[in-house]
Amino acid sequence: MSMQIDDPRVVEFDVRTDEMLVNMGPQHPSTHGVLRLLLRTDGEIIQEVTPHIGYLHRCAEKIGENLAPPQWIPYTDRMDYLAGMNMNLGMALAAEKLIGMEVPEKAMVIRLIVAELNRIASHLVAMGAYGLDLGSFSPFLWGFREREIILDLFEEVCGARLTYSYVTVGGVTHDLPEKVVIPPGLAAMTGRPKSETLSWLEATSLFLDWLQPRIEEYHTLLTRNHVFIKRTANIGVLSREMAISHGCTGPVLRGSGVDWDLRRDGEPIYTRMYDDYDWKVIFAPFEEAPPEVVVGDSWCRYFVRMLEVVQSIRLVRQGIERYPKAEGEYRLPYKMNSKLPKDECYLETECPKGQMGFYFVGDGAPQPLRARAKSSSFCNLSITSAISRGTLLADIPAIVGSLDIVLGEIDR
Amino acid sequence: MTAEEIFRLLQEQFGEEKIPGANLEARDPWIEVAPEAIVEVATFLRDDPRLLFEHLNNLCGVDYFPPDPKKAAKFEHEPHIEVVYHLSSFSLKHRITIKVKLPRWKDGQEGELPEVPSVAGVWAIADWHEREAYDLVGIRFVGHPNLMRILCPEDWEGHPLRKDYEFPEEYHGIRVR
Repeated sequence: MSMQIDDPRVVEFDVRTDEMLVNMGPQHPSTHGVLRLLLRTDGEIIQEVTPHIGYLHRCAEKIGENLAPPQWIPYTDRMDYLAGMNMNLGMALAAEKLIGMEVPEKAMVIRLIVAELNRIASHLVAMGAYGLDLGSFSPFLWGFREREIILDLFEEVCGARLTYSYVTVGGVTHDLPEKVVIPPGLAAMTGRPKSETLSWLEATSLFLDWLQPRIEEYHTLLTRNHVFIKRTANIGVLSREMAISHGCTGPVLRGSGVDWDLRRDGEPIYTRMYDDYDWKVIFAPFEEAPPEVVVGDSWCRYFVRMLEVVQSIRLVRQGIERYPKAEGEYRLPYKMNSKLPKDECYLETECPKGQMGFYFVGDGAPQPLRARAKSSSFCNLSITSAISRGTLLADIPAIVGSLDIVLGEIDR
Repeated sequence: MTAEEIFRLLQEQFGEEKIPGANLEARDPWIEVAPEAIVEVATFLRDDPRLLFEHLNNLCGVDYFPPDPKKAAKFEHEPHIEVVYHLSSFSLKHRITIKVKLPRWKDGQEGELPEVPSVAGVWAIADWHEREAYDLVGIRFVGHPNLMRILCPEDWEGHPLRKDYEFPEEYHGIRVR
């Protein structure tokens, strides 16, 4: 039997579906941790996204009220576990601001090197996992292979691979090691003998020399990949006004075209680390962007991170040059039972995911009256609903992945 | 603008009743705002071309209450709750801290949460920050579009960041401590 339909809209009306609630997560692989998204959909069109968080809440702020600031450091690298060094640094600087301590130049150079290396590692995971979200497996393996070498280098510095607690109040816990065995991954990639020993700084610069030309390969693999552009360009567009009002920071804010980076625009106690270094702030729009791309879409957020890796490599290189000449100790003493001043301070630093803030209220006791960690991913996640409305179900991983959230930091 | 200039400007604009005080010597200078005036002051802070505080960095509650009853005599603050707003401006590159002081319990009745108007209409991110402050510190934000717990489960009892919070023995039959 054949049927003639005059008006195609009739069919449209006929197969119209009811709204449906779809539960995504908390064990979904592309929600980057234990995030639950409640999606209200009409067919494949998203009407509303409600993020439910808190599955990883570990009462970090309550714990912080019972610990002296150096004791709270290990809790901070369990917040953003992909960038432990940056979290340690943010907390240590906030405590130093409260105490009124200024660390020596040597400590600052070491901090800069490890923080920027960790930023590279975090952005590599962001890139790899984003590729995986969109169905491309290779970037994930590549990103993790490169990151592995950074983790090996960090292991030589402080013994830990993820939860470093290396940057602490007053400086860093150890000086950089003088002789290390070359990380196995680096030996394999560069063809050097496995038993070769060299200084930690030499190993780091060898790694950077090897990493830098690879970035072009990531661009070939993902950035300029036709499928990747189709999946990310003009998807999840976040306007400049919305980004500012929703408190977005980091690559999400810069991807929406705001020229703001705390490493340059932050408070002096933080920016003095970056004084006289030659680097630039990356923000949208980009000249090399494909024509489909609009400012503030998922592609821009991704691309900001990729260009930041290059800037971080530049910063680490300059840090390596400065380290031998840097003056002072790597650490100033700070006693656990030193009383905190009866004052309060808030400090934000530029972490790979965005601006992480720490707030301490001192009360004359060694433990603060209030320890607060303001998470950047928390704010970045809050825009999901606004930028996903009207997109397709399959775009949700592409949007959430482009925000590069980490749930340990959101839930604290 | 320096904190002192901002303070003078706010007092000129709103009067001493709505801007009762400030601490300009603190590491992060702060200005106190009366609870009922917070929305108009926040809107002014965001929109005035001399201020342009378009970015709400952080919003949190602080419970000023002696945690240890033995040390209560040494505690310098009158027991109260503070809501702290950290603001900054991308265009003018300055920062300020705003504080609202509230009683620990509304009308002194234990269990009745103190109230402050919500600024979620001024900065969209305040929506989530206020939910968190409600969840953990126990502050009711009047006019908030969806004041629900955000980190703790919806049926959790009490507000964990209160200094006199007592951990429950169990939650749905699961031993908690």
